[in-house]
Amino acid sequence: MAEYWNIVESIQARHDSFLQEKPEPEMSISYEVGHKDFINSGKASSEIKLMLKRLGVNPEILRRVAIASYEAEINITAHSLGGKIICNIYLNCVHIVFNDSGPGIKSIEKALEPGWSTADDLVREMGFGAGLGLPNIKKNSDVMHIDSEEGKNTLLEIIIFFD
Amino acid sequence: MKLRELVELLEGELLTETDHLDREITCAFGSDLISDILMCTKEATLLLTGLTNPQVIRLSDMIDLLGIVFVRGKKPSEDLIEMAIERDLPLITTKFTLYKSAGILYNTGLRSCKI
Repeated sequence: MAEYWNIVESIQARHDSFLQEKPEPEMSISYEVGHKDFINSGKASSEIKLMLKRLGVNPEILRRVAIASYEAEINITAHSLGGKIICNIYLNCVHIVFNDSGPGIKSIEKALEPGWSTADDLVREMGFGAGLGLPNIKKNSDVMHIDSEEGKNTLLEIIIFFD
Repeated sequence: MKLRELVELLEGELLTETDHLDREITCAFGSDLISDILMCTKEATLLLTGLTNPQVIRLSDMIDLLGIVFVRGKKPSEDLIEMAIERDLPLITTKFTLYKSAGILYNTGLRSCKI
């Protein structure tokens, strides 16, 4: 599997201790995301945002979580055969895992280039497929990890700290 | 500018609740690319767009939208209008193009949102 990590430098130490301590999430919710289901796609991200808002997370962090999560949710709908989102909420961060059923990313490096897209006409007509999804996720998250290969599933996970 | 004035300038039609006409619109952004809209809106803004699919309304769950203007005579479905009313989000339709609508509003002093 090809892997990609992006960790914001100032977060590195916190991320290391997060991986070491493996804390239990305060809350864990999962959502199913359908292939090309543009009617319902986005619901999970909007629920995640609402939940964090109720927990008192600051608006600027909420915006980053919502944008990163929404782009990733749309990616599952637009590019995969469907998948699952698992949102783990901790005291000081949120960890969201997006796992789809394939067909995988041929070149993660290419997919991260702004403007590069494999979206079909339907997806483009909906206003997506500008090739800004992964760059937008990267920009809004503290940790981003992609694990994928052509012909396999894609696993994308993000962590955003609350302070 | 009040939404009422904006509707008049664009010779538009309000598709949601009448009390939305008293809303204050402070800035605007125009695009048909969802990632651009997500990336460029750092403050609550009015959105001018030609997109009329449910994801445009869903966008308002992620970022703060003051309202949506559908350009070039586009009219969203009843389901979409319903989704917007649930979210208390004003919707307007105008027959003017995106370019013309943006030009009229810009000339009247409505600034671009911070990007």
